[in-house]
Amino acid sequence: MRPPLIAHLLVLVLLPPLLLGVINRTKSVFAGRRGPRILQPYHDILKLLRKEVALSATTTWVFVAAPVVALVTVVLAGLLVPLGPFAAPVAFAGDFVLFSYLLALGRFCTASAALDTGSPFEGMGAAREVGFAWLTEPVLLFAFLALARLAGSLSLDGMLRATEGGAWLERTAPLVLTAAGVFIVLLTECSRIPVDDPNTHLELTMIHEVMVLDHSGPLLGLVQYGAALKFFVLDVVLLHVMAPTARIDGWPGFALFILGLTGIAIGVGILESIMARLRLLHVPILLIAAVLSCGFAFLLLSGNTP
Amino acid sequence: MNSDAGLALLVAAGCILAMSGVPGLLLGWRSPWGARIATSATVLGSLLGLAGCALALGGMGAGAFTLPSPVPGGRLEFSVDALSGFFALPVFVVGCLGALYGVAYWPPAGNPRSGRRLRFCYGLLLGSITFVTLARDGIGFLVAWEVMALSGYFLVTADERSTDARRAGWLYLVYSHAGTLCLVGFFAVLARAGGDFALRPLVPGAAGLGVSTVLFGLAFIGFGIKAGVMPLHSWLPAAHASAPSHVSAVMSGVMLKMGIYGIVRATSILPLPPVFWGAALLVFGSLTTVLAIAFALGQRDLKRLLAYSSIENIGIILLGLGLAMVGRSEGRSDWVMLGLGGCLLHVWNHALFKSLLFFAAGSVVHATGTREIDRMGGLARRMPWTAGLFLLGSVAICGLPPLNGFVSEFLVYLGLARSALVPGSAWVALPAPALAATGALAVACFVKVFGVVFLGTPRSAATEGVHESPALMLVPMAVLGAACVLVGAAPLLVAPALERAVLVWAGGPLRGRSLAGLAPLGWVSMAAAALLIGTAVVLAAVVPACRRARLRQPGLATWGCGYAGGSARLQYTASSFAQLITARFAWVLLPKVHQPRIDRLFPAPAHFHSRVDDTVLDSVLMPGLRRLRGLAGRMRVYQQGNLQEYVLYIVAAIAILLLFNLRLDWLVTEICGNGGAR
Repeated sequence: MRPPLIAHLLVLVLLPPLLLGVINRTKSVFAGRRGPRILQPYHDILKLLRKEVALSATTTWVFVAAPVVALVTVVLAGLLVPLGPFAAPVAFAGDFVLFSYLLALGRFCTASAALDTGSPFEGMGAAREVGFAWLTEPVLLFAFLALARLAGSLSLDGMLRATEGGAWLERTAPLVLTAAGVFIVLLTECSRIPVDDPNTHLELTMIHEVMVLDHSGPLLGLVQYGAALKFFVLDVVLLHVMAPTARIDGWPGFALFILGLTGIAIGVGILESIMARLRLLHVPILLIAAVLSCGFAFLLLSGNTP
Repeated sequence: MNSDAGLALLVAAGCILAMSGVPGLLLGWRSPWGARIATSATVLGSLLGLAGCALALGGMGAGAFTLPSPVPGGRLEFSVDALSGFFALPVFVVGCLGALYGVAYWPPAGNPRSGRRLRFCYGLLLGSITFVTLARDGIGFLVAWEVMALSGYFLVTADERSTDARRAGWLYLVYSHAGTLCLVGFFAVLARAGGDFALRPLVPGAAGLGVSTVLFGLAFIGFGIKAGVMPLHSWLPAAHASAPSHVSAVMSGVMLKMGIYGIVRATSILPLPPVFWGAALLVFGSLTTVLAIAFALGQRDLKRLLAYSSIENIGIILLGLGLAMVGRSEGRSDWVMLGLGGCLLHVWNHALFKSLLFFAAGSVVHATGTREIDRMGGLARRMPWTAGLFLLGSVAICGLPPLNGFVSEFLVYLGLARSALVPGSAWVALPAPALAATGALAVACFVKVFGVVFLGTPRSAATEGVHESPALMLVPMAVLGAACVLVGAAPLLVAPALERAVLVWAGGPLRGRSLAGLAPLGWVSMAAAALLIGTAVVLAAVVPACRRARLRQPGLATWGCGYAGGSARLQYTASSFAQLITARFAWVLLPKVHQPRIDRLFPAPAHFHSRVDDTVLDSVLMPGLRRLRGLAGRMRVYQQGNLQEYVLYIVAAIAILLLFNLRLDWLVTEICGNGGAR
């Protein structure tokens, strides 16, 4: 079932901050606090959009354009994923390449904007961002190849909605491996613990947050909104890998889909509450494990005919 | 009739280009007319050549003409087909723009000694490259190839007073001749298998698997040296760094591609390739692309970095070709179309964006007088156009949408992914994750370059007094940038030309497979358009607020996290930016690190220094050659300068040759009699 583009866009545009709210709420419950409301991220972003901008004299037009391009890339990437029972509005052979290269373009912009400020801290964040991403890209690609193998389709929509029916039971092992790899990518790309701590107050230990130190007002709003969108999009990908059989057509299926997304967000919140951040130098080891996990999944699947 | 017109135009273009520098040699070095004549001739020749390429790529058949060869045993044969036209086109585009750029970059007044020689060799290089693509016989091909190599040598050493340039030139010459040696071997074996030196498809069965594998190996090594395939690449970084920037652009954008052209042409004439040829290309392609970009990340010299990135792109091109080879072995026409389509399109794309980057790097080097990235910074304020165009080239070379690099990488990815769907062929898809890692490393590399050179605050006095380049340097860059956008946004425009070139390689129609049918290029255009429109819309909403902010608080400083005493030297440098990644690749980069030990409470001022050399050259070849020279020293006892001894050597050599020439069976009969022979 393919809903109109506008409906897909509405879900894509409206839902993401909710997931951040869920994560924060989970963490506060774990810490024994009441915590902010679940809808707080919406308020935060709207407040930022209304504020004034402050621009460092060092910065150039790159600093202004980067968050904009980064946001647009995530929105476009979001058009390529299906939302539960509803097919993606855009699907074509090889769109998974576009998906991962759109994310890479966003990264190019964010890191360039960080270097544009001339701040040593932001340079540090940018170096770390690109220093981890070269390991997350092969994970995603291995995962997509494995799913393509499973689905016999080269479009993201086809591969994410592939395992309807009983295929999930037969291919449990490779799908679990793929899901593990994608989960690590989600944590890395969205700067969550154990890779990065979004709430830390020491610039020296941050990755994503330190890159956007100098952004303010609407620009910061765009950055935060873009981060929420990215989490949403990768969450959707992960959910489709993890629970492919939990697909019921129509609105009940969609409700279940939203529940699943929330469930993953709660899971991330729990993980953040019970784990500490990894040492920076150990993060690549985690990522290499993810590469191996997805690569192994691909090899397992390539043995049989799909 | 039309086909002859295309060939005639290309031959005329080649001759005009090759001769463009000659009038300048006859004029005095003070005369401004040499440069003017050379540039106009280059532009004219390029326009003629472009027309010829258009005819060839438009499918106007394949014309041919032959000349009796002055060398016995062959004839000079020239011909044009879509493949030749495809590889010749960048010569004219980059060559013409490079000549215009060179007028401002290497002005006759500033370089009285080298100007005339540079223009002569530049024209000769372009002309010989044209003839390399047209030659259809071994003799003509090798002559054009050698002229190309030698004119390249004189261009690399244009700055003759620089020790680095002379050393780079020698290295290039040695490598180049090692490659030519392999090519001579290739043509010799080819002539034995095919009957003559002509570059035409061998009849299946004319050469056994062993002979054709030897042919493939010789072509791969000989052409691979020119293309810069790892580990045969060591000449390339030094040569590209030392040559004047417009020459670097031609060498990187066009001359390296002649190596690719050679491999493509050679594989097209060898029938029935076994699967392991394609597999070898895939393995070398993957290794080249990942390792080269890691080396690029370790560089601090702007042009050396770009040179390593060229090697990386050669790796991507090889991946496409390898996929096409496997496709041909396995009878998969879709892999052939997508793989070779991606390979060839990347040849064009790389010519466009790498030339753009070398031109822009040349502007920066020209303005700052240094190639050290770590001494630059904040140049975007002083050179806004150069910065913008460099950014465009960077995004394109990282293979990011909406620019042209994405399209060719997309084709290769799509072909690799299609192989993953075929039972038993999933191994073919294994380079895809390597390509993904390369893409991300390229992003890291070019964020580093763009960020450290153009953004932030100036790191040294080198950036003082820097100003924007003249229009004559900017316009060629803008043309290349526009071409990058055009190919990226409307790839369907180039699809017909690509398809014709692929069909020439495949030697016939691919069972109705068309590139536009296999690859959703329309969607790629849509994505590019959506990206541009979306960005424009959101920007329009944000920009007024930012403009107000700049007016309201013009002198605002960057937030230093509470530390007010920041200086430009606190900024991340190129090496510190890349450190997290280069540390992972230390096993192959072998960085030379000079690190101070801090063991007291109040340490003395100390310096940190790190450098990444070329591992193959500096850690394998040079020590190996030194050892060889040591061993060779022991041979010196036979070289005493004693005349009688040398006469003895000559007699001994003749005696051995005579013995060798005697038929061995006759010898056996003579010695052992009939019984022994039986």
